Amino acid sequence: MILEGKVWKYGDNVDTDVIIPARHLTTADPKELAVHCMEDIDETFAANVQAGDIMVAERNFGCGSSREHAPLAIKGSGITCVVADSFARIFYRNAINIGLPLLELGPDAKKIKAGDRLKVDLAKGTVEDITSGETFQAQPLPGFIQEIAQSGGLISYVKGVQK
Amino acid sequence: MGMTMTEKILANHAGLDSVQAGQLIKAKVDIVLGNDITSPPAIAEFTKIGKPVFDKDKIVLVPDHFTPNKDIKSAQMAKTVREFAREHQITNYFEVGRMGIEHVLLPEEGLVVPGEVIIGADSHTCTYGAVGAFATGVGSTDMGAAMATGDTWFKVPSAIQVNLTGSLPKWVCGKDVILTLIGMIGVDGARYQSLEFIGPGVAALSMTDRLTISNMAIECGAKNGIFPVDGATIAYLNGRAKKPYTVVTADKDAVYERTVEINLSELTPVVALPHLPENVRPVHGLAEIPIDQVVIGSCTNGRIEDLKQAAVIMAGKSVHPNVRTIIIPGSQAVYLTALEKGYIATFIKAGAIVSTPTCGPCLGGHMGILAAGEKAVATTNRNFKGRMGHVDSEVYLAGPAVAAASAIAGRIAGPEGV
Repeated sequence: MILEGKVWKYGDNVDTDVIIPARHLTTADPKELAVHCMEDIDETFAANVQAGDIMVAERNFGCGSSREHAPLAIKGSGITCVVADSFARIFYRNAINIGLPLLELGPDAKKIKAGDRLKVDLAKGTVEDITSGETFQAQPLPGFIQEIAQSGGLISYVKGVQK
Repeated sequence: MGMTMTEKILANHAGLDSVQAGQLIKAKVDIVLGNDITSPPAIAEFTKIGKPVFDKDKIVLVPDHFTPNKDIKSAQMAKTVREFAREHQITNYFEVGRMGIEHVLLPEEGLVVPGEVIIGADSHTCTYGAVGAFATGVGSTDMGAAMATGDTWFKVPSAIQVNLTGSLPKWVCGKDVILTLIGMIGVDGARYQSLEFIGPGVAALSMTDRLTISNMAIECGAKNGIFPVDGATIAYLNGRAKKPYTVVTADKDAVYERTVEINLSELTPVVALPHLPENVRPVHGLAEIPIDQVVIGSCTNGRIEDLKQAAVIMAGKSVHPNVRTIIIPGSQAVYLTALEKGYIATFIKAGAIVSTPTCGPCLGGHMGILAAGEKAVATTNRNFKGRMGHVDSEVYLAGPAVAAASAIAGRIAGPEGV
């Protein structure tokens, strides 16, 4: 799958408390959560994000709480893919499980700037920064994880396996 | 090639003779845990699978985050969990009045034992590494799937050995050990890895200290943080463990990616400054930081020994006029013991309040939310931006002795200073 969109750029250690603060965890509806997504570090995000945009961050994205509401909020906001230098492990699992694609890019993530246009090839793991003209190679997803992703998330995968 | 404790436990549960770091495995789980925030989405995902629960005795449901219900929406969430527990006859559902903060409650109830694989839809599930189990946090979908299948997938983590020597000086506690470690390696210093605590210093740590240390393994990104099973573990489990267990020990030739050395005798009380748990400083070197609130409790420091430390410091003293002090026993049993030992009277006479067990303020849920510009010293586990309330408030993480001393002093203070 090839995704193309505008970049929302964040730094190191973006935790799940700022992705979606606990005060909003009285719902698990992605659309309701999306209204408050990132509000504690970026008041402009929720109002301005467009369907198809891509989130890019640096080290340890999604650290902290195991709340699945964090990837749900990002997905609900219309973001199609998160690219980061590295991801915290529970966020990584959760995003795969709910069908939010991720790419772990390493330090090259630093070179991508807010507002750049990005073209992401999930199958090849390539990230092309159309604005700067640079192309980066991400770590490919392990085969088993790709199977979960291709099933559309863990529940579809489990249902398939259990049949 | 030898295996670490984590690798051995995972191999046992995957039906394999051995596993290696990086290997993807499917492992059986002994406990699947959820709370009032994470269980409702897990129940929704579980329902989509259309199977019965894999084992009604191995699912543990503890409504502890927004309970006693803070508003109508959280009441609905708790109701969803309660009705699911009734419908599926879940043995270990803990209602308000019989509950505790999940990671205080499960060890106390003997529901987590050595050698087990435990997953919980709560990041601090790693607490149970203190009793020699492999325990890790997952999300709601993982929880929902495991409630149906009784297994889950893992990438076998590589390991960091934390070699503990010496013994803790007075007023230095498990919280200071784990904050010091996080300060040394950073909030992603153990990302995707296991922390394997070993060395002669382990024997000198109480089970309370070990539970606090394992609890915050996630704050340096670790998948789990595990202690060897020794005499203190066995003594803790005697009369408590609800099931037989297997003691697993690391092989002598187990492979660790690196070793971190910590001499417990050299540690001092520390504080993690906003807004990351890695911003660790010794208390005695800090400039004067006036505070507005103190919270003593949480899954990190809500056990009876934690309350004892606070009570010893607060006995016969008064909370500073500018400070609100909120004490939260981690379970009904902790609450009752604190009452019997006179700690509750000490807190109330000092001008603190005592709350029923809840995660409440730790995650900015209820029972002590901060306004703009306010500062709190908390024995909780995260000081992220906005964690305890307003985005412009600040949380300083510390152990119960520093928190109690700060409540009296009205500023961040060491226990020797009051």
